[in-house]
Amino acid sequence: MTWYAFYGALEQGFVFGLMVLGVYLTFRVLEFPDLTVDGSLPLGAAVTSVAITSGLHPVLALALAAGAGFLAGAVTGILNTKLRILHLLASILTMIALYSINIRIMGGRPNMALLGQDTVIDPIIALGIPPHMASWLLFGAIAVAAAGLLMWFLSTELGQAMLATGDNPQMVTALGVNTHSMIIFGVGLSNAMVAVSGGLVAQNQGAADANMGVGTIVAGLASVIVGETLLGVGPGRVKRAIVAAILGSVVYRLAIALALGLDIGGFSFAPSDLNLITALLVVLALTAPQIKSRFGLRRRAC
Amino acid sequence: MKRFIALTLLPVLGLLSAAPAMAQNQAKQTYTVSVTQIVEHPSLDAVRQGFMDEFKTLGLEAKYNVHSAQGNIATANQIASQMLGEEPDVVLAIATPTAQAAAQKIKNIPILITAVTDPVGAGLVKSLQAPGANITGMTDRSPVDRQLALIKEFVPGAKRLGIIYNAGEANSVTTFGQVKAEAAKLGWTVMPATVANSAGVTQAAKSLVGKADAIYVGTDNTVITALEAIIKVCQQNKLPLFSADNDSVKRGAVAALAVDYYRMGKQTAHMAKRILVDGATPATMPVEDLQELELYVNMGAAKAMGVNVPQAVLTRADKIIE
Repeated sequence: MTWYAFYGALEQGFVFGLMVLGVYLTFRVLEFPDLTVDGSLPLGAAVTSVAITSGLHPVLALALAAGAGFLAGAVTGILNTKLRILHLLASILTMIALYSINIRIMGGRPNMALLGQDTVIDPIIALGIPPHMASWLLFGAIAVAAAGLLMWFLSTELGQAMLATGDNPQMVTALGVNTHSMIIFGVGLSNAMVAVSGGLVAQNQGAADANMGVGTIVAGLASVIVGETLLGVGPGRVKRAIVAAILGSVVYRLAIALALGLDIGGFSFAPSDLNLITALLVVLALTAPQIKSRFGLRRRAC
Repeated sequence: MKRFIALTLLPVLGLLSAAPAMAQNQAKQTYTVSVTQIVEHPSLDAVRQGFMDEFKTLGLEAKYNVHSAQGNIATANQIASQMLGEEPDVVLAIATPTAQAAAQKIKNIPILITAVTDPVGAGLVKSLQAPGANITGMTDRSPVDRQLALIKEFVPGAKRLGIIYNAGEANSVTTFGQVKAEAAKLGWTVMPATVANSAGVTQAAKSLVGKADAIYVGTDNTVITALEAIIKVCQQNKLPLFSADNDSVKRGAVAALAVDYYRMGKQTAHMAKRILVDGATPATMPVEDLQELELYVNMGAAKAMGVNVPQAVLTRADKIIE
């Protein structure tokens, strides 16, 4: 792997770090499998692109993306709680609706270019940092800040109530917390983070695309689970789980970088094997701690 | 022993004869070409193969790093970073999303884009005539005017043209705009039917029965995947179906006047040669399109869909499928 490829993996890991935090929040904290993310990621990208091309500051564009993502998540939450649609189905419905909405936001076009527009990365490059370093440094800082904010939020009274909503809804209701509002707010917050991630991806990639959300949930879940395995996160370890989510995101992208860098001619791997190799590498990351502990045990037995 | 002498002498002779040649022109060096492709797809694979074959025919040596993002835009971004580390002499970016990812990351290596429908709209070049930066290449914009003229030859009395496409595909939206504009010149009404996925294609085709005199499908990935569903509806209702690619004619569309992606790859290789050997700069090399089109006709499909094949079309067809 070249340094460029390594930095590229860091950059992708961090830029999708916010998305992974969002998936962690729904999947682990609220126990709500949320497929809205496949639509809210391009939603954030679409809103950001339209905002920037109409002259708004790139940071302000991200704030708008967060708002749009929150609304999308809240719709899923309302469909689930108020209209009593199964969470998985509710999120799928929002996701497919967002496909049409995203194209409408981009003025009827499925792809909106941002090449040559001002982005959040430009000021960092202006400091004299080379472009291939600037993006991962910035996205890394954003991911760390977001992780810190999420840790703080989950330690507040509201955050604690949200954790309890996922753990034991009956008990929380008995304590006078409205689980419906908690789910609507939580799924909204999650998708706000996913949409900001999408907005950053669009600024980094130079375009928003209606199809850019495909596979987001897969990447999100793989990152959460890989991170948990690597750090050995048990139940109730919130701070550790948040660090693991960011770590998992980076490791997942490193796995892809490794797969991309495999010598194609010598090993008779074709470029079309990329997904397969990535899946195998993720399986390896997932099982490595188990294998290690098994060997550890055996050594002790001898 | 003879063999030993031959084996030791050959490289020496080779070096002696190669040395002056190397001094004269640099065409004998091995170029590094990094290729990024959004997804495996017959047309896109054909572009890549055409490029590689023609590059060799031009007498150029190349070492290829071929990447496919397998349909994932995040991976396309990572491939762009990867290519930066490969330090290629030229980047070949096939299709719009991969071209955008490469353009954002790679600023001082020439990038050749190919199979991109709207390079200006995608933000890749300033204009088709003067791209302006390190990017130029080829567009696969369908020659819609010539394609509609062909439909008119088959169905002279047509007034309403149905078109089935996925509004989520950038290329198809561009094509739809072109079809509307060209159809207006012929005095035709355009009846659109959009689909979101391949499963909706049958329904879309049926919605055009009685509303259209002929159906046109562009190079839309979603629609082409489920082409058989449209063919069935068209045969049952005697509605002639025309496509923008020849593979669809083999499958059962009446006819197409199409861009040949293999030839597009070959023409892109010539652009690469101009950059690598002749020292041309992408900034001032106009984006090219393919002038040479191929005409395919499917006689069986014409019969099943109730149209006669005009003699003029038969005589100039590149391929007639019985």
